[in-house]
Amino acid sequence: MVLSTQSLCKKFGSLEVARDISINLPAGARYALIGPNGAGKTTFINLVTGQLKPDSGRILLDGQDITRTGTADRVRKGLTRTFQINRLFPELTPLESVTLAVCEREGVSANFWRGLSAHRDAIEEGFAILSRLGLADVATRPTRQLAYGQQRLVEIALALATKPKVLLLDEPAAGVPKDESAMLFKVVANLPEDIAVLFIEHDMEIVFSFATQVIVLVGGAVLLQAGPDEVKEDPRVREVYLGSAHV
Amino acid sequence: MINNIVIVLFDGFAFGMLLFVLSVGLTVTLGLMNFINLAHGAFGMVGGYVTVMLMRQYGVPFLLTLPLAFLGAALVSVVLERIFFRRLYRSGELNQVLFTIGLVFVAAAGATYFFGTGQQPIVLPSWLRGSVELFGIRFGVYRMFLIAVSLAITAVLFFTLERTRFGAKIRASVDNQKVAQALGLNVERIFAITFALGSGLAGLGGALAVEIVGLDPSFGFHFLVYVLIVVSVGGLGSIAGSFLGAALLGIGDVAGKYLVPELGSFLIYLLLVAILLVKPTGLLGKR
Amino acid sequence: MTHNQTSAIVESPARWIRSRNRWTIFEILFWIATLAPLYFFPAYLNLASQVAITALFALSVDLVLGYAGIITLGHAMFFGLGAFTAGILSSRYGWGEPISGLLLGGMVAALAGYVTSFLIVRVQHLALIMVTLGLGLLTFELANSLRWLTGGTDGLTGISTWKIFGYFRFDLWGYTSYAYSLAVLFLGFLICRLVVSSSFGLALRGIRENVQRMPAIGSDYKWHLRKVYTISAAIAGIAGALLTQTTNTVTLEVLSFQRSADVVVMLILGGTGRLYGAIIGAVIFLVAKDQLAGINPQYWFLWIGILLMAVVLFMPKGILGGLSRLIRRED
Repeated sequence: MVLSTQSLCKKFGSLEVARDISINLPAGARYALIGPNGAGKTTFINLVTGQLKPDSGRILLDGQDITRTGTADRVRKGLTRTFQINRLFPELTPLESVTLAVCEREGVSANFWRGLSAHRDAIEEGFAILSRLGLADVATRPTRQLAYGQQRLVEIALALATKPKVLLLDEPAAGVPKDESAMLFKVVANLPEDIAVLFIEHDMEIVFSFATQVIVLVGGAVLLQAGPDEVKEDPRVREVYLGSAHV
Repeated sequence: MINNIVIVLFDGFAFGMLLFVLSVGLTVTLGLMNFINLAHGAFGMVGGYVTVMLMRQYGVPFLLTLPLAFLGAALVSVVLERIFFRRLYRSGELNQVLFTIGLVFVAAAGATYFFGTGQQPIVLPSWLRGSVELFGIRFGVYRMFLIAVSLAITAVLFFTLERTRFGAKIRASVDNQKVAQALGLNVERIFAITFALGSGLAGLGGALAVEIVGLDPSFGFHFLVYVLIVVSVGGLGSIAGSFLGAALLGIGDVAGKYLVPELGSFLIYLLLVAILLVKPTGLLGKR
Repeated sequence: MTHNQTSAIVESPARWIRSRNRWTIFEILFWIATLAPLYFFPAYLNLASQVAITALFALSVDLVLGYAGIITLGHAMFFGLGAFTAGILSSRYGWGEPISGLLLGGMVAALAGYVTSFLIVRVQHLALIMVTLGLGLLTFELANSLRWLTGGTDGLTGISTWKIFGYFRFDLWGYTSYAYSLAVLFLGFLICRLVVSSSFGLALRGIRENVQRMPAIGSDYKWHLRKVYTISAAIAGIAGALLTQTTNTVTLEVLSFQRSADVVVMLILGGTGRLYGAIIGAVIFLVAKDQLAGINPQYWFLWIGILLMAVVLFMPKGILGGLSRLIRRED
């Protein structure tokens, strides 16, 4: 297992936002994390990536305990996320943004005595990532000028530049029109095979066509983990979704 | 020895209360709008000059000038808020800092133009002068007056905030602006009123300060640092925090200058940095 | 335009990056123009030296404020440390060799910058402004109380600076002072230019643009901040030492809040995050001050106040930012 959580728990006051969450992500996984609003999906990602500290439980990356490791260190160890709401560098171009992430990974971003263009490999790798996501044409425009859908892709590009072993995508297609979101998920589906991907998504059609396993989170706890077909048929899932998700 | 300690505590507390009146308005407006108004001290200066001019030119009694100092500063602040400040609520900290520093510069130049660079002393009514002896210690009457006025203002402030409808609206807006807005509160109007009241209090503080620290065109600068220390140490939006911060700063300042005069204000600044490093949101601040 | 650009990038994105940092003809003309005071305005050489020194100080502030987004109201602390180091070296220990004085001034300031950087990265927003302000005031009070070392309110006297490289004597007219200050400014500028066009400079811009994202791309951004703060402190210290050496006096003014505030004002005036904004801002600020304060110092406050308010309201990117938008060369 490349990523495991063992009995993660987190409370905000008396509100339990994560209850005994244990999941396992094998290499190359394409898992979906679903659940109604407020089920604790983003909280779970925050716990795994270190933005929040769990009250109890452990997080293992490649068998190594990273429960007390800082966010940036987790990223350098290969555990990366994207954000539901864009967190980009508005005045930097995508090429600069992604190159920055590559430089951070390679540990050359502390170098202040050589020009950026001297790190040719980093720049070319950054550009290659952008090209693969279809962003070559806009690579040198300020990020804030990009169309929203393109900005969502830059989110993913930034994450890819860290060379993740595990990639946690928090609603990669949030706010994107339905026809475009299918394209976005093609990108996700075509990610390098060795990356384990866990994505949060509301559109069940997309979930069932891209995920090999689906984890259902309700009230901060795992309700069920199974293949798409099984989840589709599960009466509890149906009840959760028909009962509360469409409020 | 004991006498000296008591006197230092007394003078320090009186000075602290003066700082509290000068800065409490900024605490609330900062908490409400996150608007860093470095010109707050300049409103104090406006109040000071109102008092000085009324007393000297028209022979208005000192006590009567105090509410007028309040009104004068509040009025000036409303005009400025409507014309300029409201345009800066959404811009960054740096812009707010620079704009309001610019305003302090202009205010200093304006004061020089109208009143000259000299100190502006006032002659207090006789009943506020001198000192009274209690338990063999002589307490300054004006400082006692200062403490009484400030405590009265504090009481009124707490009552307004905790017990009145308008106070509830202010508290709601400080706590969560978005929710307050969603509940139908006109946050911008609440802010404008609060801003005027806070600036008025600064004006009152400026009027009260003339006797203690004097008044000249650099007043706005001089008190800026004190006011900012009170606000940041106390915590944004917290009146109780400001009270605590002001009392600490007043006593610390007087005690420091009395006990180790060679270090000047060094200890105060050391305390400021230390407190902010341990609690970046201030002693009683939430955010 | 975009199409040609795109194909050029596809061939070599690295070349595109490099092209953005290439020296332009404007830059070369600008630096040639800085020689003008030596030949055309010899009566203003002292002012020109002041401008060059202040511009170097403003450059150091641009690194932290314009590139890394740290708002500081206490940077005079480092300027003053450099100034007093050079002054104490000469007046107390009789060592007036200029180059080593500069370096030592820079080193002392850098050390102070490194130590305080640990405090700076702990706080944000108003607390950050207050901590920089507090540290600046603290240093001022400390220097004031250490009379035996700093001369207190009288400042240091009896400073003499030796010939530069044992050859160029400081003359009465200020030719050497200006040439020396300009040379140090240019070197400082080259260092700053190198820093901001490096991968480190890119990381700084990332911090300014979205500090919350930085850990999520694996960046130990606090370490970046500490580093740029230290570099900036060193440059500010060198600028301070330069002032001591060209004027042969140091007073507490070098540590004052006024100096910290002025430098931020000129930087904003010129435009942040573009290096030349710092230099242009220093030129405009000090020349205007020289001209206007000659008439009446109080009017100077009025003008600078109005100027500040106008820049914030109408030219939030400073004079250079406004110009570049007019010419539409960037943004």
